[in-house]
Amino acid sequence: MSYSFDWSSIPGALPYLWHGARITLEITALAILVGIVWGTVLAVMRLSGHALLAAFAALYVNLFRSVPLLMVILWFFLIVPAALRALFGEGMPDIRLTSAFVAFSLFEAAYYAEIMRAGIQSVPKGQLSSALALGLTRGQAMRLVVLPQAFRNMTPLLLTQAIILFQDTSLVYVIGLADFFGAAYKVGDRDGRIVELLMFAGAAYFVVCFAASLAVRRLHSRVASP
Amino acid sequence: MISIRNVSKWYGSFRVLTGCSTEVRKGEVVVVCGPSGSGKSTLIKCVNALEPFQEGEILVDGVSVGDTKTDLPKLRARVGMVFQHFELFPHMTVAQNLTLAQVKVLGRSPQAALEKGVKLLERVGLLAHRDKYPGQLSGGQQQRVAIARALSMDPIAMLFDEPTSALDPEMINEVLDVMVELAEEGMTMMVVTHEMGFARKVADRVIFMDGGTIVEDAHKDAFFAAPQSDRARLFLSKILHH
Ligand SMILES: Nc1ncnc2c1ncn2[C@@H]1O[C@H](COP(=O)(O)OP(=O)(O)O)[C@@H](O)[C@H]1O
Ligand SMILES: [Mg+2]
Repeated sequence: MSYSFDWSSIPGALPYLWHGARITLEITALAILVGIVWGTVLAVMRLSGHALLAAFAALYVNLFRSVPLLMVILWFFLIVPAALRALFGEGMPDIRLTSAFVAFSLFEAAYYAEIMRAGIQSVPKGQLSSALALGLTRGQAMRLVVLPQAFRNMTPLLLTQAIILFQDTSLVYVIGLADFFGAAYKVGDRDGRIVELLMFAGAAYFVVCFAASLAVRRLHSRVASP
Repeated sequence: MISIRNVSKWYGSFRVLTGCSTEVRKGEVVVVCGPSGSGKSTLIKCVNALEPFQEGEILVDGVSVGDTKTDLPKLRARVGMVFQHFELFPHMTVAQNLTLAQVKVLGRSPQAALEKGVKLLERVGLLAHRDKYPGQLSGGQQQRVAIARALSMDPIAMLFDEPTSALDPEMINEVLDVMVELAEEGMTMMVVTHEMGFARKVADRVIFMDGGTIVEDAHKDAFFAAPQSDRARLFLSKILHH
């Protein structure tokens, strides 16, 4: 018995799938933005030489890196609503998206922190010295001289992490959020065409990630050679 | 201008500097030499507090460097420093390298800073390179930009840490020429270098360091005519005949 493919349910479902894709992209974009900013703050804290700040950052990073993302998503789904309810009372809008934003941002920050830490350490020590020697404060030297170079050196790794993040967003299915993957699954389930829909979704993820990693590789060779 | 009084410094239990004392008066050029690892870089970095020290006192224009109440960025802005490996900011153009601290530290307007930067670039003969990145310049050119960058802050004194050691031989003179000119204009300078030609030409005094101590601190003529210590004599004969 051979399976006969039927792709007919896809065209009609495109608006719904696009809505899911937008959720995927929103979570990815926000988690990249917040993750890099907060991760950079954590990396700077960790290298600050301030015992308390460094210990906090180390604990944060190690904690988030030792628990599965799936658990973090579920965890924030259970915590964020309670927190928001305490703030705004009953009758809040859809909480799943917000809790996913928070979970991904905080989780990704731990990974970005490690990348940025390596990035900061890749900048020769003399750069900080010469910035300080010109009279810049430590904060200015970091912001204007060290971090821009750290970013540039780490751009390929930051983007690679972003690609992983993009794929990981599909995990929001555990809280019933219809991201691109979730939407495809729902459509397939509804029409009894799960195989087709998952193949379609898989192809879409592949195209995006493959194109992005090609771009990263080209960038990498640009960064590597002066 | 720079008073170093009985300064000692440790890295953990390792003593890098032992009771170093010297004085650089206004307009004076003092050359610091000595074997590798003798503490020259460490001493010069103590002057603008890039390295902390545990004992003694350093005064720059009357301001105590080691005092916890001293505004270090403000003090450092008044003392120019030139490094062995140039340390230009590679993500900025030459012009941006020259204006950054003027704007951020001295609060000059971008236009005023650029005007000043252009003047200094002209002076070191690199105006044509103002929009290039440091990576596009030769070592000698980068070091001249670094000197111009330090001068853009109108420093009261300049510190040099082996400014020509990382350069190809044919580029050493273009940097030394700029430094000689600076010395002749009366800049107060403390220069770690093994370029004894430079020392003979413009130094007022020569300091010889070994093992973290100042072994000799003499007028240039006295130093070159007859170093007092065996170690300085040996060092001189080595670097003059290699
Ligand atoms: N960050 C550091 N930690 C420990 N030891 C250091 C450090 N920096 C320099 N030293 C040691 O201090 C001594 C003096 O170094 P330095 O001032 O760089 O010498 P010089 O500039 O005369 O070659 C050397 O023995 C060096 O190994
Ligand atoms: Mg040195």
